Amino acid sequence: MAFWLIQALNGISFGMLLFLLAAGLSLIYGLMKVLNLTHGSFYLLGGYIGVAVVRTTGSFVLATLAGAFAIAVVGVVMERFFLRRFHLQELPQALLTFGFLFIFSDLAMVIWGSDPETMPKPALFDHSVQLGGFYYPSYRLFIIAFGLAVAAFLWWLQEGTRVGAMVRASVDNEEVARALGINVSLLFSLVFALGAFLAALGGVMGGPIVGVYPGADFDVLLLGFVVVIIGGLGSLKGALFGGLAVGLLDNFGKVFFPELALFTVFAPMALILAWRPSGLFGHE
Amino acid sequence: MLSVRDIHTYYGDSYVLQGVTLELVPGQVVALLGRNGVGKTTLARSILGLTPPKRGTIVFKDVDITRMPAHKIAQMGIGLVPQGRQVFGSLTVKEHLQVTARGRGRWNFDRVTELFPNLRSRMRSLAGKLSGGEQQMLAAGRALVANPALLVMDEPTEGLAPMMVRELGRGIESLKQVGTSILLIEQQLAFALRYADVVFIMSKGRIVHRCTPAELAADAQTKARYLGI
Ligand SMILES: Nc1ncnc2c1ncn2[C@@H]1O[C@H](COP(=O)(O)OP(=O)(O)OP(=O)(O)O)[C@@H](O)[C@H]1O
Ligand SMILES: [Mg+2]
Repeated sequence: MAFWLIQALNGISFGMLLFLLAAGLSLIYGLMKVLNLTHGSFYLLGGYIGVAVVRTTGSFVLATLAGAFAIAVVGVVMERFFLRRFHLQELPQALLTFGFLFIFSDLAMVIWGSDPETMPKPALFDHSVQLGGFYYPSYRLFIIAFGLAVAAFLWWLQEGTRVGAMVRASVDNEEVARALGINVSLLFSLVFALGAFLAALGGVMGGPIVGVYPGADFDVLLLGFVVVIIGGLGSLKGALFGGLAVGLLDNFGKVFFPELALFTVFAPMALILAWRPSGLFGHE
Repeated sequence: MLSVRDIHTYYGDSYVLQGVTLELVPGQVVALLGRNGVGKTTLARSILGLTPPKRGTIVFKDVDITRMPAHKIAQMGIGLVPQGRQVFGSLTVKEHLQVTARGRGRWNFDRVTELFPNLRSRMRSLAGKLSGGEQQMLAAGRALVANPALLVMDEPTEGLAPMMVRELGRGIESLKQVGTSILLIEQQLAFALRYADVVFIMSKGRIVHRCTPAELAADAQTKARYLGI
């Protein structure tokens, strides 16, 4: 029993990190129809900046904020100066974000080298708590709670605020939204920045459990795509449930079939796609 | 107030507006008539900045808006009721009337729901669930809450039941009373003639005729030639 609970919690906490990544991927696609391949870089660079800040200041909170805000700025620059020129041109945008993924990957290698970095846990959560009959690292519980809080916040932002209504209006009909005075290009920048922020947040917070290493950008990007494909592109709910599903599949897959690696994630994805081509919560 | 001067608009290589000139003075209701595909919607899109003309200029309130981004044009005071309504499917009625609200003019949430009482009982419904008539009122309402000085209405009576057409007519009348200018694109001649001060007729990307509603009503030849009536 304890084994199942521990593994489930491991899967769920990893799933929450995937949710942070996939939420932005999904929001950006929903509004701008851009499949942002650079999202993996946002995760990795956020993590590296977090490690650097924690090393110099010792503060986990500061590291999180620095990583997330720095990457949000990177996101805005990318959107304003590059992606914007290719609005609704899928292939140029895919190539552009793919190019940035490689550039950032090399850049990270140049700056931080090829050895994996470890991010220390924040002191507050650097212990285990007793859950019934077993001990469990409190940091992972914190990540689960944090992920749920982010999900609730994003839900409120989307459904309960005027900016959220503007974003939904622009997703529904961009031209009419603009013709009615909504500054859709500003929304593009905001949403792209928010997506980058969330991915970097995932990178910093995931540091203590998955590490910050060369190649993590590609690894999480792959899983992030599986999440949004399962959940449905453009859907926040899909990012949350997809994240949890992939987190659990990945974790139990590694426990039971370590030699099959990604198969346990991709096989269910293929089945879901065959059954619901636009994902569990996708439209159309 | 609005002056369209010899504009030429293209969709890619297809040459649609071939030199359109049109003048609209404050408080006027201008009807724009013409058969399917002559470029009426394209003219609306050019004015709103959605498909800017390649040549020619558009001046609104003494400002050249020809190449201004669409949202800035809207913020200057031009509202659009698009053809086919195009309400936002994932927004409720209430959200529609909040999301585009702007300025402290005459039209606020309460005034708009007074004008279109049908909307009041549907506040929490998603716009996609409304009837065609209700969607049309909503499309008008969401444009009004921005307090435009000029409202561009693209075939607002298309597909509406007669009762809804009358309700829309009441809306246009109250707009006229408060001096809002309207560019009314229509295919229903009777509706256009009832509210217009001036009529422009379009054919093949050009304005081919300008007259008063009374003149057009009596001009069987023009009606037959350009409107197929
Ligand atoms: N997005 C577009 N791309 C290419 N051609 C278009 C586009 N929209 C319209 N057209 C063409 O431009 C011409 C004018 O179309 P427009 O929609 O302005 O006509 P309209 O007068 O509004 O017609 P209707 O009364 O049917 O609404 C038509 O020949 C149409 O096929
Ligand atoms: Mg039209």
